[in-house]
Order: sequence, then C-alpha cells, then structure tokens
Amino acid sequence: MLKPGSSTAVATSSIEKSLKRRLRLGERIIEGWVFLAGLFAIIVLLGIIAILIKEGLPIFAYSSPWRFLFGTKWYPVSEPPTFGILPFFVSTLMITLIATVIAVPIGVACAAYLAEVAPPRVRETVKPIIELLAGIPSVMMGFIGLMLLSPLIQSAFNLNTGLCGLTAAIMLSLMSLPVIVSVSEDALHAVPKDFKEASYALGATKWETIRHVCIPAALSGVAAAIMLGVGRAIGETMTVLMVAGGALAVPLSPTDPMTPMTSAIASGIGNAVRGGLQYQALFAIGLILFIMTLAVNLVADRVLERQKRKFPR
Amino acid sequence: MTTAPIASRQISQRAAFVLLGIATAIAVLPVLFIVVYTVVNGADAISWTFLTQDPSQAGKAGGILPAIVGTFCLMLGTLFFALPIGVMAGIYLTEYARQNWLTRFINMAIVNLAGVPSIVFGLFGLGVFVLAFHFGLSLLAASLTLASQALAMVITSSREAILAVPREHRDGSLAVGATKWQTVRHVVLPQALPGIITGAVLAISRAAGETAPILVTGAAFLLPGLPSSPFDQFMALPYHLYTVAAHVPGMSKTIMWGVALVLLLVVLSFDVLAAIIRFRSRQRV
Amino acid sequence: MNRKHTLLNDKTPSAQVCVTKLRAEKVNLYYSSFQALRNITLDIPACAITAIIGPSGCGKSSLLRLFNRMNDLIPGARVEGNVELDGIFIYDSKIDVVELRKRVGMVFQKPNPFPMSVFENVAFGPRRHGINNRAELEEIVEKSLHQAALWDEVKDKLEQSGLALSGGQQQRLCIARVLAVEPEVILMDEPCSALDPVATLKIEDLMKNLAQQYTIIIVTHNMQQAARVSDTAAFMMMEGDRAGVLVEYGPTSQLFTNPKDKRTEDYITGRFG
Repeated sequence: MLKPGSSTAVATSSIEKSLKRRLRLGERIIEGWVFLAGLFAIIVLLGIIAILIKEGLPIFAYSSPWRFLFGTKWYPVSEPPTFGILPFFVSTLMITLIATVIAVPIGVACAAYLAEVAPPRVRETVKPIIELLAGIPSVMMGFIGLMLLSPLIQSAFNLNTGLCGLTAAIMLSLMSLPVIVSVSEDALHAVPKDFKEASYALGATKWETIRHVCIPAALSGVAAAIMLGVGRAIGETMTVLMVAGGALAVPLSPTDPMTPMTSAIASGIGNAVRGGLQYQALFAIGLILFIMTLAVNLVADRVLERQKRKFPR
Repeated sequence: MTTAPIASRQISQRAAFVLLGIATAIAVLPVLFIVVYTVVNGADAISWTFLTQDPSQAGKAGGILPAIVGTFCLMLGTLFFALPIGVMAGIYLTEYARQNWLTRFINMAIVNLAGVPSIVFGLFGLGVFVLAFHFGLSLLAASLTLASQALAMVITSSREAILAVPREHRDGSLAVGATKWQTVRHVVLPQALPGIITGAVLAISRAAGETAPILVTGAAFLLPGLPSSPFDQFMALPYHLYTVAAHVPGMSKTIMWGVALVLLLVVLSFDVLAAIIRFRSRQRV
Repeated sequence: MNRKHTLLNDKTPSAQVCVTKLRAEKVNLYYSSFQALRNITLDIPACAITAIIGPSGCGKSSLLRLFNRMNDLIPGARVEGNVELDGIFIYDSKIDVVELRKRVGMVFQKPNPFPMSVFENVAFGPRRHGINNRAELEEIVEKSLHQAALWDEVKDKLEQSGLALSGGQQQRLCIARVLAVEPEVILMDEPCSALDPVATLKIEDLMKNLAQQYTIIIVTHNMQQAARVSDTAAFMMMEGDRAGVLVEYGPTSQLFTNPKDKRTEDYITGRFG
C-alpha cells in the first residue's frame, strides 16, 4: 500500500502555474452581455410600469380616483373636461363575460374531445387548425366581425347597427378558444393513466371517467386556461375597436354599441395632446388595464405551476 | 347497490361524445370559413399591380406596395432588436443563471410581458421611444415597440430549444476542457438552432399582424413615398386594413378583402415556414 | 488465467511508476443537505488502472467526478476535504477548472459523440484550445484515433457523422476525443455498460494499453471486468443515510482473493449487490 504523502518528483511549481486560474477575459465579457440580455425582460416590464405611472398618475391630481373610476361621463374636450371611465370598465366586463361564457364550454369540451375521445388522426388534424386560429391577426378578426358577423347580428336582433358588444364578444370568444383549448388539453393529458384505469376497472364508461375523474383532476389546469382566456379577452384591442360600436355611454345590454377600455385608449390617443389631460387619462386607463391583465396572468401562472407539481410529467 | 342499466349509460355516453364533437366542430369551422371566405373574396383584388403599385385616389384604387414594404421593414426591425437579445437572454437563463431570487424575478417578468395588452405596448412605445427617446413617429420606434412585445416569446422559445439539447453533449464538451461559452457556442447552439429559428419566425409572424402598437408609434395610411430612413413614418398592412375597413367612406369591398388576403398570406406563410423548419429538424433526429 | 496484479509489474518504466497521481483525503461531498460521500481517503497510483466497484447508488460516479470537478455543475454541490492532482489541491479557488478538465479527461457511460463528423469530434478539444491549423489537427486526430484503436475502422470515414458508428466504435471515438487533448488522467464512468461483450473486450484491451501512458480510473458494476483490467481496486458501499463510504482499497489481486473487510468479501462473493 502506498504511503500517503508520496508525490511525484516533478517540480510542482511549474504544474501549479499552468493549472493556475486564468482570467479568460472573453468568457467574462460574454457572461456580462448575456446577463444584461437576461435582465432585459425586467427592464422592459419596469419600463412599461414606469411610463404608465409617469404619464398616467397625474390625472388623479385633476380628477379624484373615485370620480375617475366610477364617473360615467367621458368628455375629454368639453370645458372643463370630465374623465369618468365607468362606461369603458363596464363594457370591458360585459364583453369579457359574454366571450368567456361562450368560449369556455366550447373550449373545454373541445379539449376533452381532443384529449380523450378523438382518434389520433383527428387530433393531428384539429390541433394545427386551432393553432391557425391563434395565428389570425386581431385586425383580421375585427374585419371579419365587421363585414360578416355584424350584419347578421343586426338583422337577428333588429338593431340599428350590428356593431355592438355582442358582436365583439363573439369574435373575442373565437380568439380566446385556442388558449383555452390548448391549456385545458395539456391539463387533461397530465392526468395520470392510473386514475383512468382505476375508474375503468370499476366498470365506469369512458364518458363517466372523463366527467368524474379526468376533469376534476385537471380542474386547476382548466381554471388556469379560463383565466388566460379572460386575460386575452380583456386585453384585446383591434377587434373590439372595429366592432364594438364606439358609443361612450354605459352599456345597458350586450346589443348596445359600447367602448371597452382598450378601444377607448386606441381611439383617443391619436387626438390627445401630448401631456394634456386626455393624454394622462388614457395612460391611466392603460395602467388599470395593465394591472388587471397582470393580476389575471399571475394567478393563472401560479395555478399552472401548482398543477404541474401535482402531476409532474 | 343499484346502478343505471348499462344501455342507458352507453346512450348518455354516445350523446355526450356527440356534443363534444360538435363543440370541436364549432371551434374549428369558423377559422376554416374565415380563411376560405377571405381567399374567395380577396382573390379578385390580387394582381401584379395590386402588389407592386402605390395606392391612388386616396387609397380607393391602385396597389398596396408601400404597406407590404412597411410590414416587411417592421418584421426585419423586430427581428433585429428582439432576436439577439432574446436568444442571449435564453442562453443566460438556461446556462448561466443560478436559482436565486433574480432568476425567479426574470421568469416572472417574462410571463407577465406575455400577457400585456397590445395597446399598452403601444402606450409604452409612444411614451418611451417616440417621445422620451425622441425617435418620433417612425419605423424605429415601431420596430422597438414590436420587439419589446416579441421579446417574451423569443426568450421562451429559445429557452425551450436550448433546454432540449441533451445534457450529455454539454458534459462531453466540458470533460475535454472546453469552457462554458465554447460549449454553448459549438455544441449547444448549433443543435438548438432550428428551435430558435422556429420561435423567431413565429414571433415576427405575430409582429406582422399587430396593429395597436404601430397605431400610436408611426403607422400612417397614405404616405407620398416609401420610408427612406428608420426615422420616417411608414405604411403597414394591418393598419391599412383597419383604415380601409373602418375609416374610408366609399372604399371598395374588393380592395378591403384584397388587403385582408395579403395580410393573411403574409402571416400564414411565416407560420407555415416555422412548421416546416420544426418538422424537418425533427426528421433529422 | 492468473495475472499478478502488482503496481511494480513490468510495464514501460516511466518517471511516474509507484507514485500517487491523485489523492482524496477525508473528503465529504454534499448535494445541498444530502451527503453523498463520507470520509473518503484514497490514493490513485499513476500509470495504472484503478477500479471503483460497489453496489449501484453508492456514490461511485460522484467519487469519480471529484477528480475532474464535474460535480461543480450540480447546483448545491459542496466538497470538504483534500483532493489533489500531483500534490496540488484542485478545489483551490486559484485553480482553473477548464485546464484541470483538460488534464483529467472523462468518458461517460453512454457514448456521447457530438452530432458532427468523426474528424470534428476528435478535433473538438484541440480546436477549443487554440489549434486551428488543419495539418496539425489532422495529425492529432490520426494519432488519437490510433491510440483509441479506431483508426483502421474509420480512416475512410472521417467526414461521416460520429453518430453513424456502432456503439463500441462511438465509445472509442469518445476515448479518442479525450486523448486528443493529451490528458494525464482518464476517468471512465461505466464505459462498457451500454456495449455488447465483443465491444467491451475491445475497450478493455484498449484500457490496458492506455494504462502504460495514462492514469485510468474506471467505475464499474461488473466485478469480473474489475478483476480483469485493474491494478488497484476500491470497494464502496452505501450507509444507512445513503452516504457513500470507502470500505477498502488495495491491489486488485489482494482485494479479490483476500479481502480485509467482511463487507468486501460479502460483495465479492455475491452475497449482496
């Protein structure tokens, strides 16, 4: 057995020198750049928050937050101008609600079909089509809504114009479908086979298994899917700008023309004097929108993380 | 224990599956209808002149060349700003970042950015690039705005592509005395490249269709000529469609559908390109 | 066939016979709060083959990776104690890990050639270390492939993908890749476990040839392999808290025919593991 401590006769100092830590400047520089790039996501996010606050917060010096949030009169060019965004807020809520009510049953049912019932060939064909739907630009959906759907709605409900909340909600529901379908489908897929097999072994039919085992197990994933769909609907701009009607009063029914928060910003910002009161008010609406979508997406993300931990793939 | 007779349960199952199938059809048919309808109605407008000439008669006749050019300029601009930063950020997050609060914060920022409404990005672009940076209403400001919007997507897809490279290759490289960056550059990135490119193509396809961000940062309806510098205003397909559909009285429907079709073709062709790249890279494995 | 496994056998005399190349002294390895190795003390002789054997999960690979600091890649990994290469403490903060890994190369369990040509696989290391001259690279590639007993099989296929080779050839390609950077030590983590018996024997012959010039440490769960190729063997086991400990080490012949520790004897005779 070797005695501990015997070492080579070769001079250790020369080995030490070549094993000595090098500066490797190139590596350090690249690490720096890459780190900076990594920070960019934070930089952009903070930039958005900063500009919204900087340009939007001053409006609350002019108009108290209460009057701003709950006032019903949006008259930016009157003397003195009043900025009440309740009409926009209610419009957003109404359109989002209707769009969600339409999209969720269809989306979850479609996801259940794709995950559990559809033969693989059907699944392979349908999934790309749903992705195709996701890829259609929102201005196009607005255009289709304008040209095709709104005349239909107009005649179906005997309205003066088909440009109303309902039309917008229907187009929005189409636009939320891909995210609802895909996230719900992932959630259903993650349900372990053992659950399903236990159910079959007890004599349940496939549908009973889907209804009583799969969907409850995937519920948090489906909930997250719904939240993401809601987030999309809240934030959608061009479609609602083109078909929701643009009226400034608080809507009383879905068939009223209305203006959700996104359209309010988009249609007003062109005329607003830079730095003026209307400009500030529009940025303030943007800030509120940002907070709303942030909250919804954060919750959805948290729920999805929890679900992934429950059923790791 | 009494259970319902199996026949009635099977009938309910049959009925349920039919409903699920109907739901799927409802989810799928509209988009097919939209695409087909647009092609059918827009095809009449498409001609060589339509694609290569400037608009005339205040946009009611002539072609849409400047809008097509503008859209392609925007796509290039978005790519130019979003791709290097996005890929490097993806490299940082997969290869260099430690599991600390900062990394968690960055990941949270990415998730949030993905959900920000496009008009809010427009406000961001207006306040920051147009005004604060004094770029004015310009291709530059619009490209930067679109790039900010695309960043989250490019980072996410780069990250996935890089993570998909098997660990063994990194180990094999480090075990012969290569540095971390050498490993990334010569082993990881080449293998991750198809995934990164797919993500980039999808990101600029989305940017091509965005209207709200460019609405407030420089898009215009009728301009005397093509942009000659990044500081000029520009025309773009989505903004053109929005304007001709909603703001020009007496606009011919043919032209409207023609613009819609061109926009759809641009967006879809990039989606198809991404799908092809993804498919071919999977075949090689 | 009985071969006397002694360190002073008639291998090519070199200045490093009967000398410790690597040493571990009272080493503890932790992955965050989990202790993977406990109180490991072990000398690795130069220009010989040392086998690390033991039941699966006992930390053999973790011990192997101490010597080229591949454990550093695992977040939360922490090493206490002394680990030396030629008498130099390799966990010193002043040590360049990249250079260390050039000197202490590693071959993995599953052959992992890069998705590049055979030539580029072997040239990878030299290129990274600054050699770009094509003629020089060709010389190095040929020499390494010869040393890895692969040259004859691939000399006409140098531009073909490394992945197109058979499993055994891929593993020899990985060995050639390591040899190309002229290491002093080659660590092998179960190099034959993914290969068929014929390929395994080829690699074992290769190892014995390489041991004339290089120090080799091999982790293997195959006792017969350890008995066939190694000069020194170290037997490890997992204790109740899943930490790996070194039970015994010494010349292979002695460990296998006359083990000092009963646990070693139990393992060798197949009573467990």
